[in-house]
Amino acid sequence: MCGIAGIVTADGNAIDRGHLASMIAMLQHRGPDDRGMHVDQGAGLAHARLSVVDLAGGRQPMSSPDGSASITFNGEIFNHHELREELVKTGHRFRTASDTEVILHLYQDHGAAAVDKLNGQWAFAIWNHRTRTLLLSRDGVGIRPLFYAVVDRRLLFASEIKALFCDPRVSRELDPCGLDNVFTFWTTLPPRTAFAAVRALPPGHSLSWHDGTTKTWQHRRPAATSAEPPIVGPQTPAALRAVLDDAIQIRMRADVPVGAYLSGGLDSSVVVALMKRHRTRLRTFSIVFDDAEFDESAHQRSVARALDTEHVELRCGAADINRVFPEVVWHAETPLLRTAPAPMFLLSRLTRDSGYKVVLTGEGADEMLGGYDIFKEAKIRRFSARFPASPRRASLVRRLYPYLPNLRRQPASYLQAFFHTTAEDLASPWFSHLPRWRLTSRLKLFFSSDMRAAVADYDGFAELAGTLPREYGDWHPFVQAQYLETAHLLPGYLLSSQGDRVAMAHGVECRHPFLDPHVMAFAAALPPALKMRVLNEKYLLKQAAVDLLPTSISRRAKQPYRAPEGQAFVTAAPSEEYVNDLLSNTQLKRDGIFRPEPVASLLRKFRQGKGLSVRDDMALVGILSTQLLVDRFINHFHTVTHATAH
Amino acid sequence: MPQLIEELRAFIIENFLFGDESAPFAFTNEDSFQERGIVDSTGILELVCHLQEKYAIDIADDELIPDNLDSLARVAQFIERKRAGCGTVSNGH
Repeated sequence: MCGIAGIVTADGNAIDRGHLASMIAMLQHRGPDDRGMHVDQGAGLAHARLSVVDLAGGRQPMSSPDGSASITFNGEIFNHHELREELVKTGHRFRTASDTEVILHLYQDHGAAAVDKLNGQWAFAIWNHRTRTLLLSRDGVGIRPLFYAVVDRRLLFASEIKALFCDPRVSRELDPCGLDNVFTFWTTLPPRTAFAAVRALPPGHSLSWHDGTTKTWQHRRPAATSAEPPIVGPQTPAALRAVLDDAIQIRMRADVPVGAYLSGGLDSSVVVALMKRHRTRLRTFSIVFDDAEFDESAHQRSVARALDTEHVELRCGAADINRVFPEVVWHAETPLLRTAPAPMFLLSRLTRDSGYKVVLTGEGADEMLGGYDIFKEAKIRRFSARFPASPRRASLVRRLYPYLPNLRRQPASYLQAFFHTTAEDLASPWFSHLPRWRLTSRLKLFFSSDMRAAVADYDGFAELAGTLPREYGDWHPFVQAQYLETAHLLPGYLLSSQGDRVAMAHGVECRHPFLDPHVMAFAAALPPALKMRVLNEKYLLKQAAVDLLPTSISRRAKQPYRAPEGQAFVTAAPSEEYVNDLLSNTQLKRDGIFRPEPVASLLRKFRQGKGLSVRDDMALVGILSTQLLVDRFINHFHTVTHATAH
Repeated sequence: MPQLIEELRAFIIENFLFGDESAPFAFTNEDSFQERGIVDSTGILELVCHLQEKYAIDIADDELIPDNLDSLARVAQFIERKRAGCGTVSNGH
C-alpha cells in the first residue's frame, strides 16, 4: 500500500520535478519505505512506497520492458499469482515478483479493460507513452482513494487531496454543496468532495485523459443482485465459509507479517478464526475504551483466548480522542460527524509500532450479509406502516438499539411516533435511510446565511437519484438499503475516514475479505431472509460461525463500533486549546460557515451535560471537524519539503 | 397561557434549535415537534426534565405521550391541567 501522485499536461509541457516531488512528499505517511518519480515529456508519475510484496523488486513507478507504459500503483492485487501464470503461458516475461508488473502486462494485452481481471484493492495511474494517454482506475468498492483536479489544461492526481494543493493553482476553497452532502448523507457524493476544485474518482470507475479531454466510465458496480441461482439449503453456511476462507487466504499473501483488527464482534472474529487455521501464530489488535458504554474488551479477550492469538490492546479515552482529532481531520480531508476514526488512528499507530504493516478486518460484512441496524429499522418501520395499531411496535423498537440506554428509557408512544411512517415515505427510493438523513439534515440549522444561500438551489437528493442504477426500483427493499450503504457510506466514510486514511496515516494497510468480489457475488445471490431472519442480523454468517467461535460471540447481537462523541471535546481533561479557538465567536464569524450564536448555545448545552442527543453529538463533531478542515487546509496550509524525493 | 407558551417557546428554541427561529425552522404553537423534527426522540426526555424542574410538577410515565407533549399548545395545556390538579390525558385512558 502506498501513495501515488502525478501530473499530465495536454500541451506536452515539461513537468516541474520539484513540484511533483512536493506532491509525493505530502504522502510520505502512506509510503515511508521508498520514494520514486518517472518524468516524461508532458507526464510525471510519483510514488511513495509501503513495501509489502516483492520488497526488493517492486519499486515504482515501473515501466514496461518495451518502455511503452509506466505505472504508479497504490494497492494490492490478491490474484496476481494466478494472473501471472496465465500471462506467462501467453508469452509474457516478468522481471519482478510484484503485482504491479502484472497490471502492466495485463494493460499491454487488454488496455483499460485489464481491470476486469483484477481481484484487489487499487488506485493506479498508467501513462501510455505511445498514445500519450493517462488511465486512472479505482477498485470496485472504493477501498483505495484517488483524487484529481484539472487546472490550465493540466490534470493532477493523488491518493490524497493535500498533495493536489501543492499546486497553488488548485483552489482550496470548500464546496458548500459538498458540505451539504456531508451534513445529510455523512459523506460527499462522488465525484464531489469537500473542496470545490477537487474531484474524487468514484469507486469502480476509470478515467482516461488524452489531449486535455477527460472520459470517465464505470467498470464495476457493487454486486446487489445476481443472475446466479442462490445456494440455499443445509450446505449454505459451509459454502459461505468456503468462499470467505478463499478470500482470507489470498489476503494473507504478503512478504511481511499479516495481523488482524479484532473488534470483539462477529465479523472480525470470523476473519481471525479462519486466519488462525492457516497460521500458528497470529497477532490481533483491539481498542479498549475507558468508558464501559463503548468498551468491548471482554468479548475481544474471549475471542483472543479461544483462538490463542497474540493479543495487543490500545486503551483509549475521551482525552485521547480530543488530542488527536486535528490530525485525524487532516488525514480524513472531510468533515466528520463521528469521532470513531480517532481511535482507529491510534490503533494503526500501535499496529505499526508493533512491526505490522498489514491487517485483515471484518469491514464489509454488515453491508454484504445484513448486519446494520438501519436494515432492521426499515423493516420495523414498514411493519408499523402496515399495522399501525399493533401493540408490538414499541417493543420492536426497543429491541433495535439495546446498546443505547437513552433510547430504551423513552416512553412507548414516543418510540412509535419516532417510527411514524407516511405513505410518501413508503414510496421513497431511500425509505430505509430517511430517518438518518432527516436527522442529519437538521444539523444545517447551524449553517450561516451565506452557506444557506450557497446551497439554496442545490438538491443533494436529486444528485443521489442520478447515481442510482436503472434497475434499482425493481430491487427488494432490503437490497436497496444494502446498496445505499455499500455505494455511499462504505466508501465515503467507513473505508476512507475510518479506514484507509487513518490506517495509512501510520503506513498500515487494511484488507477486507468480506469485500472480495466472490464473497460479494455470493452474498448478492442470497435471499434477504438468509441475511436478516426477522430481526436476527447476519443470520447466515452466524450459522457459518457456529463451530469457529465461542457461543457468546457467534450468537452475540451486533454492537456497532462507537466512541465517545461530543463530550470528548468539552469535558475531557486537559481541555485542548484548539476547541475553544476554533469554536470561538470570532473564528466562526471569520470562517463564515456556521453561525456563532447557535454554536455557543450548543456548547452551553454540552457544558451543562443534560439531555444531550445523538443530533447534538453529530452537530458538535461536525462543526468542529469542519472548522479544523478550514484551519488546516485553508487558513494554515503548509506543504512539506521534497528534499528526500529522487 | 400566552406567557407560558412564550417561556416554552424560548426553551425549545434555545435547546433544540440553538437560537434559530427563522425559516425553515420557524414553528407555530400547534406544529408537531416530532413531525417538524424539532424535538427528536431522545430530546423528549430533556423536555420532560425541564418541565418537572421549572414548573414543579410530577409527570407519570403514562402521561409521556404525544397528546400531552408534541406541540407548544399541548405542552402548555398539559402544564395548566397539572397545576390545576385536573386529570390529564394519559396512555390507555
